[in-house]
Amino acid sequence: MSLKTFFGGIHPKYAKELTAESPVEILSAPETVVVPMLQHIGAPAVPTVKKGDEVLAGQVIGEATQPVSAPVHSPVSGKVVAVTDRPHVNGRSVLSVVIENDGENKWVELEPHPDPVQLDRSVILDKIRAAGIVGMGGAGFPTAVKLRPPKDAAIDVLLINGSECEPYLTSDHRLMLESAADVILGAKLLAKACGAKKIVIGVEDNKRDAVAELKKHAGAIEIVLLDTKYPQGGEKQLIKAVTGREVPSNGLPFQAGVVVQNVATAAAVAQAVRDGKPLVERIVTVTGSVINEPRNFLVPIGTPLHNLIEAAGGFTEEPGKVLVGGPMMGMAQHSLDAPVVKTVNGILALSKGEAVVPEPLPCIKCARCVDVCPVYLLPLRLEAFGMHEMWDEAKEYGAMDCIECGCCTYICPSKRPLLHYIRVAKNQIVAMSRKQGN
Amino acid sequence: MSTTLVSLISMGMVGSVLAAGLVYASKKFAVETDPTADEIEEVLPGANCGACGYAGCRAFAEAAADGKAPVDGCPVGGVTVAKLVAQILGVEAVEGTHRKVAQVLCKGGRAEAKLHAEWIGPRDCRVAQNTQNGSFKACSYGCLGLGTCVAACPFDAMYMDENGLPVVIEEKCTGCGMCVRACPRDIIVLAEEPQGVHIRCRSLALGKDVRGVCSVGCIACRRCEKECPVNAITVEDNLARIDYDKCINCRRCVAVCPMNTIEYQEGKPVLKKKRAS
Repeated sequence: MSLKTFFGGIHPKYAKELTAESPVEILSAPETVVVPMLQHIGAPAVPTVKKGDEVLAGQVIGEATQPVSAPVHSPVSGKVVAVTDRPHVNGRSVLSVVIENDGENKWVELEPHPDPVQLDRSVILDKIRAAGIVGMGGAGFPTAVKLRPPKDAAIDVLLINGSECEPYLTSDHRLMLESAADVILGAKLLAKACGAKKIVIGVEDNKRDAVAELKKHAGAIEIVLLDTKYPQGGEKQLIKAVTGREVPSNGLPFQAGVVVQNVATAAAVAQAVRDGKPLVERIVTVTGSVINEPRNFLVPIGTPLHNLIEAAGGFTEEPGKVLVGGPMMGMAQHSLDAPVVKTVNGILALSKGEAVVPEPLPCIKCARCVDVCPVYLLPLRLEAFGMHEMWDEAKEYGAMDCIECGCCTYICPSKRPLLHYIRVAKNQIVAMSRKQGN
Repeated sequence: MSTTLVSLISMGMVGSVLAAGLVYASKKFAVETDPTADEIEEVLPGANCGACGYAGCRAFAEAAADGKAPVDGCPVGGVTVAKLVAQILGVEAVEGTHRKVAQVLCKGGRAEAKLHAEWIGPRDCRVAQNTQNGSFKACSYGCLGLGTCVAACPFDAMYMDENGLPVVIEEKCTGCGMCVRACPRDIIVLAEEPQGVHIRCRSLALGKDVRGVCSVGCIACRRCEKECPVNAITVEDNLARIDYDKCINCRRCVAVCPMNTIEYQEGKPVLKKKRAS
């Protein structure tokens, strides 16, 4: 039987064996945690504490004041030593609360609920919002906002994304193996919150052990095996593969009647609603060829990246590049002082040899980028438009539909920076439409 | 004999019929052009750079002929072209139009400004700025040094020096503004010709942060602001800004600047008051 999948995509070297067998280890909080107020898409949270304040673990330290935003909680108990701009994994300096850990791990009083599935839809939504849960697959869209699409949208399917198509990363894989019950409970709660009748969990076929584990708890929930192909975990690709529906150009998944949530998000929802625990920790894969002992950690949000790398035995040699995320969509880091945020699913250290970017050669119009583009674009044309500032043409050729998966740049035999210039065009188109809107 | 003759005659007849057709078509379907616009187009530089805001020289010529564009609207041509256009249109040329020259407002090259990491992607500042906000360079306001402005210059008036900063060749610069638009960090501005004093920094970071990443950045110490006899310099958002209209090029700020951020460009008349705007 052929497995379900989508059009295009690539088969990179997965290198998941480095950490796939290593159980999640709990990493205790460092002496100082740095908690950025921006850990999601949308408006940054506004700090509710000031220098000198004593905070408890799980206490709100940043509140959401805008509709698209998420509150931030303290991962440790201790004293606020600064509220200031600190380096963030996105490369900017972001307003952060710096907390000195007193090591006592005193928690605020949590409100557990023994039978969370019986709760009302609005109660579940409120709990998800209050726990500061955002999409933990990488994008970081506030989950409570995503669960409430416009009134006229009829949501019938909730898709739980367990594909983890990024090479190297195994944090979702380990989560499904070790906390399958949480994932299933989270999925039920999410389905109730968005009103979906049907729940489907999509998992790539390189994680059959996780599927077996999920099936033990699944009940009526359908689990679909998907072809191992990048970007299988892309929202629109997953919808196409599992349901056969297509999200319209420039559209959002609710227009296909689907809401997609990551497995890590589902597990966080289960903990938030059942235990009342806010999102203050997550699983991070620390891997790569220059990491001494690649493995998975459960770390408090706000732990600096260098702590994780030290816990994994440090570097075997000087790395050529350190990325947050996977090799396809990860963000290169210039400093290891930036902290883990809600969206960090992995830290990948590549050797100097692996990090070399070859000199680009002229495009030979072989159209391999067209063959692999999962959203049916012409990356070679879009690159030229971006390079030569032809923004109107770029828009006409669908630049805004690009999901920035990087398949085109990966497959290009001339090693051209295709995605780099599509991004330039996208940013310019957004800036232009903003200008016209004013 | 007969073959040659027949072919000559037949080809000649075909030729004359087609020629008659062409003559008729050129009369019947002639496109009316504005002779004034033609004349103006003749005197324009013909670079089609778009600096005037129109889609090339022809479009500007047509707009000028209709009176929609100002006679001195071509920044590349400057005073000379403005006078010629005015002559064609029979209007008075505006006196005292000054040549504009691009100025790079960052002195933080490889020797002065700290780098967090080495940039190994495409040599294009726009791409670098899109990649984690160009954070391979420690200063988030300064020149990324990948030469996008140089590539954008249609007049070959810029080059990258060994220190990794763009340099404007003043004689060649036409003030078209292509580099200004190309720069993703907005560090290039156009300044009118007699202006010699420039504050070469765009950083809005706090003084101590600037000191940490760059040895020539503005630390907002306000000494220039106090020193200026005509109040042309104001410090706002941790950055000294100069009002080119007020500046008299006295160079007292250049002398007091502790970071050598303020620079005087040689070869300009000193203390010459510019036209009142």
